[in-house]
Amino acid sequence: MRFLKISFILFLSVVFFSCSRSSEKGGAHTVSMQIKGSDTIVNLIQVWAERVVENNPSYNIGVTGGGSGTGFAALINKTCDIAMSSREIEEKETAMAEEKGVTPVEYMIGLDGLAILINKDNPVNELTLEQLRDIFMAKITNWREIGGENKKIVILSRESNSGTHMFFKEHVLRHNDKKSKDEFAPRALLMPSSQAIYDEVSQNPHALGYVGMGYINDNVKAVSVAADENSEYFYPNPHNVMTGKYPISRPLYLYTSGEPEGVVKEFIDYALSEEGQRIVLETDFVPIAAR
Amino acid sequence: MKRKIDSIIEAIIFVCGILSIIFVALIFGFLLKEGFAFFKEFGVIGFITGDLWYPTSDPPKFGILPLIIGSLFVTAGACVIAVPIGVMSALYISEVAPKGVRDVLKSFVELMAAIPSVVIGFVGMVTLVPLVRTIFDIPTGLTAFSGSIMLAFMAMPTIITISEDAIRSVPWSYKEGALALGATKWQTLHRIVLRAAMPGIIAAIMLGIGRVVGETMAVMMITGNAAQIPYSIFEPVRTMTATIAAEMGETVRGGMHYRSLFAIGLVLFLITFIVNFTADLFLGKTKK
Repeated sequence: MRFLKISFILFLSVVFFSCSRSSEKGGAHTVSMQIKGSDTIVNLIQVWAERVVENNPSYNIGVTGGGSGTGFAALINKTCDIAMSSREIEEKETAMAEEKGVTPVEYMIGLDGLAILINKDNPVNELTLEQLRDIFMAKITNWREIGGENKKIVILSRESNSGTHMFFKEHVLRHNDKKSKDEFAPRALLMPSSQAIYDEVSQNPHALGYVGMGYINDNVKAVSVAADENSEYFYPNPHNVMTGKYPISRPLYLYTSGEPEGVVKEFIDYALSEEGQRIVLETDFVPIAAR
Repeated sequence: MKRKIDSIIEAIIFVCGILSIIFVALIFGFLLKEGFAFFKEFGVIGFITGDLWYPTSDPPKFGILPLIIGSLFVTAGACVIAVPIGVMSALYISEVAPKGVRDVLKSFVELMAAIPSVVIGFVGMVTLVPLVRTIFDIPTGLTAFSGSIMLAFMAMPTIITISEDAIRSVPWSYKEGALALGATKWQTLHRIVLRAAMPGIIAAIMLGIGRVVGETMAVMMITGNAAQIPYSIFEPVRTMTATIAAEMGETVRGGMHYRSLFAIGLVLFLITFIVNFTADLFLGKTKK
């Protein structure tokens, strides 16, 4: 009996304190918003969210990654207010959204160059788009064929829920040909995050993977890429992406459900403002105004 | 007053007991509903024997043979490592170790069981994966073998604690009898104690296997997740659990991809059911 009484009192006090805590924070005045999607831009969006909350402390903005596909699924299932994406929404997804009474509205917020990362001890420096395609479809399987050591290439890709995965597939593997059915080779390793690709590349001299430009640093090497054999090779940096010379770059998007209002509108406005776009550059992406 | 409280508490306990049955039934029913909706459209045989897994491709390919084999490789590898070490260690703890050592060992085994699987996965990714790559001179350390080693760590506490209980509950009279007949300590251990405790040890192994088959986070981080049919344990594999976990977030409720993941869940459920069922059969046999 005593145990029951004590636990009941404990329960009551927990309920009481949790209530009082939320009302202290502003109670009914708190406006909360969920942003979900691309892992590539999750850091950028997080910075924006922090700034918006700084300006208006009664806002409560949650930012979670998971991949662009995850963001769209959440927007369609109405579990988030804004989907962040590193690819355009697919026709299939728009249709499914409309079925559920959601009209996705698109905002382009910046550009990103996809870097091809290899280990810093790897002698290879340059690759063409065609070579990349052959590598990821396992037609080229040995580093020797592209000027490296006689070792098997370990291909690192992202999971299929990643916008980066989709963009790379459509842009590099399929040459933007909608009818093409080309796929990543089954032996490609599907890594759960860009960080995981970075980690494997930094410790494995035979690995090769694609990640957002923001991941380039001194522990890994980014290859310069040419559109074809006769073109010049360009290194993935903001300048080359801005001028459109680096061949693997893509737009980044936010999607809202219907015309935005309230806190959602405020967030989008901030993202497109001068200050918001400066943060785009600071987080190693390319602002849209620059194009 | 006391009677009343008694009956109220009895009612509460009854509801709690029934609740777990209801939950299991509901979960199973949901799995069946979504899984069968998928099988109706795609067919069972193509699903289980197909060797290409491209769920977001157009048209999608839902072949889970590589995933089944992937799960099998990782589980088998983990068993080969965890079972001998686990059973030996249980034998040592319950029969050989002096009391001080036994207490320390037991608490460490329990501590091992408390390590979250993400942590095991992370540690494996940073330490074991590069090691496996350099030692075996293979292209990448993200392989079924690395997954097996880390999963063996997770199965070991289960195997050790339950086998130890089984070994300890072997009656003293058995051992006394064996020793009195002039058997050495080792002969007593492996001819009498191990044999008498066998049903419990097998139950322990089965529970360990259950944990390994269902483990998700650690395998997702260290097995490489390549949906290919592996020809050796030193190749990357993609397990069924990792596939469900990695792809669940992107699917739209009610779509084919969403349902295919439930179908995988159904296959997984079936496999664990068969494991438990054979364990039960075996246990029944040995008891007689």
